[in-house]
Amino acid sequence: MANNNHIEVIFGLYDDEEDLLLAVKAAKRDHLDIYDVFSPFPVHGLDPILGLEESRLHQAGFIYGALGTLTAFLGMTWIFTKDWPIIFGGKPFWSVPAFIPITFELTVLFAAIGMTVTFYIINGLGPGVVNTYLDDRITDDKFCIAFDKSSVSIEDAQSFFKATGASEVNSKTI
Amino acid sequence: MSAVVSPIRKPLITGNKTYHQITEDLISPTEKTPTKEWVIGFVISVAVLTFGVFCILWTIWVGIGSWNLNRTINWSWDITNFVWWIGIGHAGTLISAILLLFRQKWRTGVNRAAEAMTIFAVMCAGLFPLIHMGRIWLAMFILPYPNTRGPLWPNFNSPLLWDVFAISTYLTVSLLFWYTGLVPDFATVRDRAKGLRKKIYNTLSFGWTGSAKHWQRWESLSLVLAGLSTPLVLSVHTIVSFDFATSVIPGWHTTIFPPYFVAGAIFSGFAMVLTLMIITRKLLHLEDYITVEHIESMNKVILLTGTIVGVAYLTELFIAWYSGYVYEQFAFFNRALGPYWWAYFGMMFCNVVSPQFFWKKSWRRNITLTFFLSIVVNIGMWFERFVIIATTLARDYLPSSWSLYSPSWVEIGIYAGTFGLFFTCYLIFVRVAPVVAVAEIKHILKSAGNQYIGENATQKQTHNHDHSQTDHH
Repeated sequence: MANNNHIEVIFGLYDDEEDLLLAVKAAKRDHLDIYDVFSPFPVHGLDPILGLEESRLHQAGFIYGALGTLTAFLGMTWIFTKDWPIIFGGKPFWSVPAFIPITFELTVLFAAIGMTVTFYIINGLGPGVVNTYLDDRITDDKFCIAFDKSSVSIEDAQSFFKATGASEVNSKTI
Repeated sequence: MSAVVSPIRKPLITGNKTYHQITEDLISPTEKTPTKEWVIGFVISVAVLTFGVFCILWTIWVGIGSWNLNRTINWSWDITNFVWWIGIGHAGTLISAILLLFRQKWRTGVNRAAEAMTIFAVMCAGLFPLIHMGRIWLAMFILPYPNTRGPLWPNFNSPLLWDVFAISTYLTVSLLFWYTGLVPDFATVRDRAKGLRKKIYNTLSFGWTGSAKHWQRWESLSLVLAGLSTPLVLSVHTIVSFDFATSVIPGWHTTIFPPYFVAGAIFSGFAMVLTLMIITRKLLHLEDYITVEHIESMNKVILLTGTIVGVAYLTELFIAWYSGYVYEQFAFFNRALGPYWWAYFGMMFCNVVSPQFFWKKSWRRNITLTFFLSIVVNIGMWFERFVIIATTLARDYLPSSWSLYSPSWVEIGIYAGTFGLFFTCYLIFVRVAPVVAVAEIKHILKSAGNQYIGENATQKQTHNHDHSQTDHH
């Protein structure tokens, strides 16, 4: 969320993930457009009711891995058959079984680095990134639902938070 | 929405914690001034590390001649220590990756520290091959990069080069896995901090917000990294074993090496995790998070892998006899009854006999015994590598070149120095990062059976507490 357009949000804090799940369901039922949900740990069951699509990160991981496989295998093939063929122990230049360990390692290496870097880039996270945090206790024991004030009126939000049992309601510009 | 909880499953976290208490318990060790024990431990570690650095510089300056290697025994303490540290470095990824895939939730109590241990152990391991090259300033020759020497490439058919790729991949992937797990916890530290400390931890936490989409991707990433690390961890020690198995030395040239090395690596890795966690939980008062259940579970893994290692030792002996190959038979005869017989029987006792104590439940749950045996296992696994490497080389095909070996002060100093490096890193880690994964512990708090009411229930008021804690509608 490293965007420069400031958004006015009104957010409620809940004390338990069960309350959060019920509140998110209620918001969907009342057609309130949730800006984002924050929690100290991944809350299971939240993604489907929040309407989040499954992450495609693992598909990206597959592509990075395949890239690693090709880099290693084709690289070694080119080096040992075209660029500088050397006979080792009377074996063929293109000795495929001996290429497997390095091919495997580079597959894993490319997939891991590629996925991790992608993860931080698409999340807008990285060293030196400073985000506006809604509340310091979100990384401790509070579960937060935030509404964009331009899409949900303050009155609607406040009555929603009251009805769903939020322990605190605050506003902030992020 | 409440999770289905087995009534016979014991709680993973004892002490009826709330989320906030978990934060307090796990983050506060990084916020307090260091204890006296920590300072003493740190000073000793840095001193030993300094001596190790001196010995490494001595080796580089004087040359490998400062070690007691000779033409016959050309691998000894260096490679023994290398394989030993690499083996220790296997438990972290096993705990975080394989146990994640198997949904073993107890792993959350120990995975963070075990992963840290993995990284530091692999760093210690990597030192040995590098300084063993003799001309460390040419170490980049092992990497395949277009160069002005032809370009001349490394030998991709060599298990020694496979090792370079395996270990550097392992170190990188372990670091990524570990750090990605740390990011949300650094955010927790950040949100409790003020001033400069807040700035530092904001940088470390990469600006983590805890958004639902981020958590979803975080879980996806963790799962795939676990899936990648699982074959990786098995491949690393397999490839280390190829260093020996693809040679034509009797006693090394065996197909049993990969599974036997992997089992041995997990065995020694868990032993080291136990040694460290028993001290850490005591000093940081983490008994509610790293419980006797954790220790018992790890002891079960030690019992299993120790027994696999024992079966491998006996299989090796049998196959040597059954092969009818006189050189192979002599290699094993020499290991057991040659000049280094004490290393062989030390290995047999420490690795095969000592874990058998853990068949008894009350002994598996005995912390003093576990601590003692974890050290015994680590000594045994060091002996195993010494037996495989030095003992085997000492008696080669040509009796006139038979030799004996004992380490020089430089070799002992470098080995001691790796302990200095390991503990210096570990002690710094304990100060700057939560030793137990905070977010992951919170995640398993409720699904972990705190409704357990069986005969071994540690808290009698569990039922009442449940209501106040979850406050169902």
